[in-house]
Amino acid sequence: MTLRTLSALDAAAAVRSGTASAVEIAEAALAHIAACNPALNAFTAITAERALADAASIDRRAQGEPLGPLAGAPFAVKNLFDVTGLVTLAGSKIDAERPPADADAFLVAKLREAGAVLVGTLNMDEYAYGFTTENAHYGPAHNPHDFGHSAGGSSGGSGAAVAGGLVPLALASDTNGSIRVPASFCGTFGLKPTYGRLSRAGTRGFVSSLDHLGPLCRTVGDLAASYDAMQGPDPHDPACAGRPVEAAFPALDHGASGLRIAVAGGHFAGSGAAAEAVATVAKALGATRMVEVPEAARARAAAFVVTASEGAELHLADLKSRAQDFDPGTRDRFLAGALIPAGWVLRAQRFRRWYRDQVLTLFRDIDIIIAPVTPIPAPRLGQETMEIDGVTVPTRPYIGVYTQPLSFIGLPIVAAPLKKPGALPIGVQIIAAPWREADALRVACALERAGVTNAEPVLG
Amino acid sequence: MAEPKFDPEAYVDAAAALVGLTIDPAHRPGVVLNLQRIAEMAALFTDFPLPDDIEPAPVYTP
Repeated sequence: MTLRTLSALDAAAAVRSGTASAVEIAEAALAHIAACNPALNAFTAITAERALADAASIDRRAQGEPLGPLAGAPFAVKNLFDVTGLVTLAGSKIDAERPPADADAFLVAKLREAGAVLVGTLNMDEYAYGFTTENAHYGPAHNPHDFGHSAGGSSGGSGAAVAGGLVPLALASDTNGSIRVPASFCGTFGLKPTYGRLSRAGTRGFVSSLDHLGPLCRTVGDLAASYDAMQGPDPHDPACAGRPVEAAFPALDHGASGLRIAVAGGHFAGSGAAAEAVATVAKALGATRMVEVPEAARARAAAFVVTASEGAELHLADLKSRAQDFDPGTRDRFLAGALIPAGWVLRAQRFRRWYRDQVLTLFRDIDIIIAPVTPIPAPRLGQETMEIDGVTVPTRPYIGVYTQPLSFIGLPIVAAPLKKPGALPIGVQIIAAPWREADALRVACALERAGVTNAEPVLG
Repeated sequence: MAEPKFDPEAYVDAAAALVGLTIDPAHRPGVVLNLQRIAEMAALFTDFPLPDDIEPAPVYTP
């Protein structure tokens, strides 16, 4: 048994059965991170002392006391999550001047309660405003499949750490695609739950209207188990819907049977590797029905404008006093966002209501919609343009073309990774109706068991 | 009557002054480019007809 690349649930099973101690698992993870991180630049802080203390505490409890479902499983978090004693960087130089956090973010505390062991914090685009994690302050995150390629963003460190095999579980945020894009580029599973499902308390927000949090993992079991452990109401996030826990893990064995599955056409048709991945998944699931998501291009545009405006408003004081301290990759977008007429933003929010109503009618006779995550596999670091359907477009703004219209209305989505030999991975979105995360996870699990997906650790 | 032509550079200067934002001349071309991109995006939905009874998506709960 190789301790360093165990799944989170296998690590917990090993601790429970006494096959390995939590300390041994934490030490293996820390050694693997020390060996691999210089090439990946996925971690911005490694919390070895805390990890070993938490693991030792689990090993003491293992002598007779009940253990949490993730007992001894290592995890890491995008550096916009508060971690007691660390400064929450959110990928910025400006926030590095803030005092250390005096408490863990809600979800970090939830995972710790479940027995998971935090080993560090992860690289990201500055203030989560990007799709490539080419961070000017902390350096780019590198794709474990090819170090010259992007790990995606904004949660590039999360994608690289999980795909590389450094941790089985990482937390991230997704405003326009920041969980799903790194999952696609790095070849991991990712879950962006329904908007309002998981509390965002104790994290550095970006766009309150659109911010979601969720996990990236190499197995669907880990994705469901960690998601279940993080559910629950929290009055400290005003957007948290406060629903009771609706466990997804017990439903995984049901597979995709009984679910009505359609493939998204039109805006989501895609080409090349993206279209091929969707076709492979559709065939495996026996999905022949096509569905058109109405006005998706307008939805993406509205998400773009809401993001620019809310993001800029949040950082306006710093944009006024110290614009030169922002990452050049985000600065001009933030500055432009500060100048958007109010009517555009309100119109975008009214459009969002209309579009939500339209898309919800699709779910009257469909349970799952399949679409690509990204138009291409991971671009090279520094790649300025890419080709979609023979048209050359700027790389970074177009990476979110398929993710933005869906997070805009908060639908729950699993990103599932496909990989052909010798090629970079690419992901497929498994989109469910609001609050139906379990349906998307069931489909992902069916694909995993059928051998359609591939999220093997790259640097095992 | 023809629609007035949008001058992004003039708008950036005027709007930045309105919100109290000083834009470094070195950053101005990038800001103008990004504002143009935002304006192109906004054009996709600002003229899309919506019934008056469609309310903004965020709901405030007192």
